[in-house]
Amino acid sequence: MKQQTRSFAIRPLLAGVATVAMIAAGSAIAGTPKDMLVHAKDISDTITLDPAEVFEFTGGEVVANVYDRVMMFEPEDLSKLVGGVAESFSVSDDGKTVTLKIRAGQKFHSGNPVTANDVAYSLQRVIKLKKTPSFIFTQFGWDKDNVDGLIKATGPDTVAVTINSAFSPGLLLNALSAGVGSVVDMQTVEANAKDGDMGYAWMKNHSAASGAYSVKTWKANELIMMEAHQAYRHGTPKMKRVVLRHVAEPSAQRLLLEKGDVDLARDLTPDQIKGLAGNKDIVVDDYPKAALIYLAANGTHPLLGKPDMLNALRYMVDYKGMESSFLAGQYKVHQSFWPSGLWGSLDGQAYKTDMAKAKMLAEQAGAGKGGDPIVIDTLTNPPYPDIAQSIQQSLSELGVKSEIILSEGKTLWPKYRARKHQLIVAQWSPDYVDPHSNADAFAHNPDNRLEAKLTGKPAWRTAYDDKEVTAMTEAAAAELDLVKRKQMYLDLQKKVQSSSNFVMMFQNKEQLARRANVKGYVSGANFDLVFYRNVTK
Amino acid sequence: MTSANRPEKSTGLRAWLLSETPESIWQARCQRFYLAWLSFSSNPIAMIGLVIILTLLILAILAPVITSGDGTSLNLPNRLMPPSAEHWFGTDELGRDIFDRIIWGSRITLYIVGLVGITVVPIGLLIGTVAGYLGGWVDTVLMRFTDIFLAFPRLILALAFVSALGPGLENAVLAIALTTWSPFARIARAETLTIRNSEHILAARVQAASTSRILLYHIVPLCISSVIVRLTLDMAGIILIAAGLGFLGLGAQPPLPEWGAMISTGRQYMLDQWWVAALPGIAILTVSMGFNLLGDGLRDVLDPKSGK
Amino acid sequence: MVTTKTTKNGGTGENPSPSSPTIPPVVKKLANFFFTVTLTFIGLTAITFIIGRVMPADPVLAIVGDRASQETYDLVYHKLGLDKPLIQQYLLYLWQILQGDLGKSIMTSRDVLDDLIRFFPATLELAPIATIIGLFLGVPMGVLAAVNQGRWIDHVVRIVGLFGYSVPIFWLGLMALLVFYARLEWLPGPGRIEVFYDGIVEHRTGIILIDSAMQGEWDIFRNAAAHLVLPSAVLATYALAYIARMTRSFMLDQLNQEFVLTARVKGLSELSVIWRHAFKNVLVQLITIIGLTYASLLEGSVLTETIFAWPGIGQYITQSLFNADMNAVIGGTVVVGIGFVGINMLSDMLYRFVDPRARV
Repeated sequence: MKQQTRSFAIRPLLAGVATVAMIAAGSAIAGTPKDMLVHAKDISDTITLDPAEVFEFTGGEVVANVYDRVMMFEPEDLSKLVGGVAESFSVSDDGKTVTLKIRAGQKFHSGNPVTANDVAYSLQRVIKLKKTPSFIFTQFGWDKDNVDGLIKATGPDTVAVTINSAFSPGLLLNALSAGVGSVVDMQTVEANAKDGDMGYAWMKNHSAASGAYSVKTWKANELIMMEAHQAYRHGTPKMKRVVLRHVAEPSAQRLLLEKGDVDLARDLTPDQIKGLAGNKDIVVDDYPKAALIYLAANGTHPLLGKPDMLNALRYMVDYKGMESSFLAGQYKVHQSFWPSGLWGSLDGQAYKTDMAKAKMLAEQAGAGKGGDPIVIDTLTNPPYPDIAQSIQQSLSELGVKSEIILSEGKTLWPKYRARKHQLIVAQWSPDYVDPHSNADAFAHNPDNRLEAKLTGKPAWRTAYDDKEVTAMTEAAAAELDLVKRKQMYLDLQKKVQSSSNFVMMFQNKEQLARRANVKGYVSGANFDLVFYRNVTK
Repeated sequence: MTSANRPEKSTGLRAWLLSETPESIWQARCQRFYLAWLSFSSNPIAMIGLVIILTLLILAILAPVITSGDGTSLNLPNRLMPPSAEHWFGTDELGRDIFDRIIWGSRITLYIVGLVGITVVPIGLLIGTVAGYLGGWVDTVLMRFTDIFLAFPRLILALAFVSALGPGLENAVLAIALTTWSPFARIARAETLTIRNSEHILAARVQAASTSRILLYHIVPLCISSVIVRLTLDMAGIILIAAGLGFLGLGAQPPLPEWGAMISTGRQYMLDQWWVAALPGIAILTVSMGFNLLGDGLRDVLDPKSGK
Repeated sequence: MVTTKTTKNGGTGENPSPSSPTIPPVVKKLANFFFTVTLTFIGLTAITFIIGRVMPADPVLAIVGDRASQETYDLVYHKLGLDKPLIQQYLLYLWQILQGDLGKSIMTSRDVLDDLIRFFPATLELAPIATIIGLFLGVPMGVLAAVNQGRWIDHVVRIVGLFGYSVPIFWLGLMALLVFYARLEWLPGPGRIEVFYDGIVEHRTGIILIDSAMQGEWDIFRNAAAHLVLPSAVLATYALAYIARMTRSFMLDQLNQEFVLTARVKGLSELSVIWRHAFKNVLVQLITIIGLTYASLLEGSVLTETIFAWPGIGQYITQSLFNADMNAVIGGTVVVGIGFVGINMLSDMLYRFVDPRARV
């Protein structure tokens, strides 16, 4: 009788197990389609796909493949700035007006031809919408009232751009290669505009472009799907579809890559790359990148603001220790604010770890006398917590106690922007490929008062107030002679390196893991210099 | 086992504890405790739970003695070593000994559990007994208030609170306490309702005892055992929520060796260095089981009518 | 023997209040019901609203990014209405909710309501399956344990149950992935479905299993089902433990009652006694348990969804919290809270309806 009960009850159990086995048996999938490129990437930073607004890594990369820009760096040779939508340019004698000649025969995804009006409209739109990246253009003295006069189509295929500030045309051309230089399809955008918003609401998750791909779908935190543009000026891309699949976990990305469920894994950590070493189906490529990791000390802090303490920080950081362990392969030591490999960068390691010297300097600054622990703020994703813990350990050797707080960017930035931090381990990527982009951020501080609220500049946030350095930055931005300009930036970097509230530590190197059959993927120095259009499988 | 079955041993303490006619309240209390203990210790499962928890306590107290260091000093060349004779549980991503970190992490676990317990029991008792005793609109208001907190899934509410308060161990404790007090209020209220019209309460009222006196000295002591049982049963849940918060990065901040946070950082290394994530999980599982077993055993002893 | 009500609240029922002769009790009950619901709703929204505004994460920066100038920041701050007094913001928000407008999500630039509709089915997929697993495995286990009380089967069941309660669910998920996906390769990995199947099945109910079956896309059905196995199994461990334990407890109650003794004396077969008499009564109580289990699974789903990259409500709320996406947080929490309350209330009512002894 007990047996009957038992078997009666066990039957549903067995049925369950059998079902699972059946399902599992039919589930093995191998490989991605031949004409589709699938990335495993964390795309949770995407909040918009509008080139006039986009500022995040993933969004920036998508925009770079969907829109052609006025000036571009092309995957065939990333070191040269060439015309994109613009075929050529000429500079007026006074250096104030740049005339662009638009390339003939370009078509938008909608089929509309690319005209000078579209180019002028696109640039004006950035100013008029006044979103975050508009500062890249407003620094040329444009605002919503004067921009229609200063940027205008002077013929069916010419556009005149007049600079209204003391900046050089070289800087302007570099700025036109940034995301804000993307050319949008004026007719499509205006057709979808609501209440005169210049298509702002619609462009958040649609595209109106002439680049290699168009945006087909964006499902937040799931995927972004792009489709090839048949009539692209460089020829139809081989990959008909490109998908950025959201996978938040690096270890999950690695698994998917190993099983062939994705073609590229974008966010693998050095340890996971090591784990892929023996796998013949997977190749790891190295790409130097322009992202910098740095330590920012709040100049208004009684201890951290002292020059001796800042120098102590420069000597105490365990550069080599970190570089050879958890940062191995993905970061290298770089100590100036403009990344190495780009025009105008200052290379070499000026500061080597020297605990004895650091201790002496710290003591001179008055460290180790008790008081509240210093708060080290940083981001939650690797490698920041690890770096913070190393910094914490180094500080403790100087007799300074500290505590670490990990937060998401949106919690961290308000603190940083309001000058409420003490020590921050943060990251910075250039907005466009010109030394002024970072100099503006790290060296330029025209008004250090709290009321000035120059919250976009780390120099202001850390209360790094050096009038000479500010003047040097402005002079370099206006210099027309390229040789002189380069030297000015080298001098500027030396000065900032030894006297600022920043300790530049590492520069990023991307380790991209791909299936061996995926070729032609190009990844340049900046986060949006990533190109899908040459990929073949 | 009744005293009748025991071989007669006329040792002083035992006889005193087992005598049928206690001569003082103190003796009666001791007797009750002793009998409860006898019943408890005859239950092997409950004893296992007790042993686990006691081990946890001992390990936590002896942490400085059994470990070499406090588990927070970096040792970068030594990172991600597998378990060996030198490092019983291996080392983590910054070269720290995982065994050491788990032992020190037990202090954090106890800290969380202790702090939450000390917070929710008084709050729950207070609200529950007041609501049950006074009845009427006080009852309605307090119970609606309790219901609102009961309405949330605990983890999500704790998540929301910690996000509002900022990450950190103390804030996590506060958030957990805020989400777990409501069932205790409910239990206390239910108990209060059953006893508030009983004879000795009426007697106390007749003697013009003040409400607060009645509540504190008469009602609360009768509710305490159910509340304690519930607390022990909930301990495991509290530990899991704390670990969950730590896993999401909202609890103890590095370099503190909180078990949930350790699993979270261990996630990236799971494929090749599984021990970094697996071992702290086993620790959580063990402690959690210990509390569940203990709670079950306590409930069998203190509250037999609620079913085995 | 008093059957203690086994709801999560642990209470033994409402205070009986003197009923006034003119208002019929049904109306009173309904009024009470609506009063409770409204109060809970207001409480829920108030708490989530306060949390949303107190959070140190800055929703403006979530939109403009950290390079924005103060001017851009101020513009967006004003546009979001953050410079109005708190009470006004709250009332405005409440008014909007009542009209079905949960605001726009910063993360997805879409209406929060649309987002919730998009994400809810994924969670809805997981929870019922986990509950069903819990039922199919847990009920027989509980009965077996009760019938064989004290023997090895009982102990095994109790230990399995214990494991289910005590295991950290995120850790279990990780280990399951490690073993079944990475090492053994029996099951697919994180995610709900393979990427190239995405978008093929038309979105009707949002539940891929149902949609693909409706459209005859059996490959997709199998793929989706395979992806469901691990997350629902992991989620089910808690449900299983709880249901097994409760079933065992109920059965023990029943088996110790007089009518069982009577039935046995009358010579009825053991099987008949167990299933036809004792179990029937247990079934009734199990109904309430199902509701509670389902509700508490919403909790477990938060962590499970994170591990398995499952695009459900749990993940949505967590991501929104990290992004300081206030509208999404409040919207999601309110909806989940209401669902939770609703299910609990339904269970309550069902129990009272079905068990006359519990009616007040």
